[in-house]
Amino acid sequence: MLVKINGEDRVIRAQTLELLVAEEGFEPTDVATALDGEFVPREERGSALLRAGARVEILTPMQGG
Amino acid sequence: MFYGTDLSSRLMLGTAQYPSPAVLREAITASGAEVITVSLRREGKDGGAFRDILKDSGCRILPNTAGCHTAGEAVTTARMARELFGTSWIKLEVIGHADTLQPDPFALVEAARILCADGFDVFPYTTEDLIVGERLLEAGCKVLMPWGAPIGSGQGLRNIEGLRAMRAHFSGIPLVIDAGIGSPSQAAQAMEMGFDAVLLNTAVAKALDPVQMARAFGQAVAAGQMAYTAGLMPRRDMAHASTPVFGMAELLP
Repeated sequence: MLVKINGEDRVIRAQTLELLVAEEGFEPTDVATALDGEFVPREERGSALLRAGARVEILTPMQGG
Repeated sequence: MFYGTDLSSRLMLGTAQYPSPAVLREAITASGAEVITVSLRREGKDGGAFRDILKDSGCRILPNTAGCHTAGEAVTTARMARELFGTSWIKLEVIGHADTLQPDPFALVEAARILCADGFDVFPYTTEDLIVGERLLEAGCKVLMPWGAPIGSGQGLRNIEGLRAMRAHFSGIPLVIDAGIGSPSQAAQAMEMGFDAVLLNTAVAKALDPVQMARAFGQAVAAGQMAYTAGLMPRRDMAHASTPVFGMAELLP
């Protein structure tokens, strides 16, 4: 299924956000996630179903002012 | 007090644009800052090293919503930051203009209202406008962060009279000068005027020697705070001899 991860078109196998985070190689607690512009808390990633065309953001801590 | 937290150092330091993670680490220590600002982005190359620095610094983390242009983006970013950093503190930035980086006060108040109701401790990046400040307090903010000058400009306090009026108007509300500070003397000036803290980043990160500059800012902020507490002398229009005239010798031949 084709989705957008952090702005890039990607073909993925994962059906849920939780599986996608694992498939991308992240520790679940190292990232924060959003699906189609809405925050998805860690405990809700397992029930967040991905569909074709979904926009996923997986964010990590970064330097900031 | 900043949402129930007392800070002995009133310098808040940004973590971006340093020449290396090692310099950032040293600069945080040298500054004496107890609060550092961070952001949330798509994974960069040194994400792991940065996480270690945050952990080791022992500082309180103030995540920002930098780069957000709508209330919706800022609210989503804030919620992601709360989970990731484990803090309800959020430096709320809603930018109105990509070139001036001026805050959008309307979207700012809207986002502040949503976040305060959702249990966040909001530090709103705002202007010196008094009405916007009042709206932010009504929204539930207990701290205001007026700009000194546009972000990254290093111009210092560009509207001193406006900031003075704001300080007087919001007496008792913690006010933090955020953005535009270029030199330690400007930071000291803000503290002498009675502001409660100064938040800056570029002036340290882009100095020739960021670690030394971080130390200089830490001392300047402390000096300014001490001077405000000590009470500055009133300004006079005319000269006034400091050495007594009484007891002066007659030495004309």
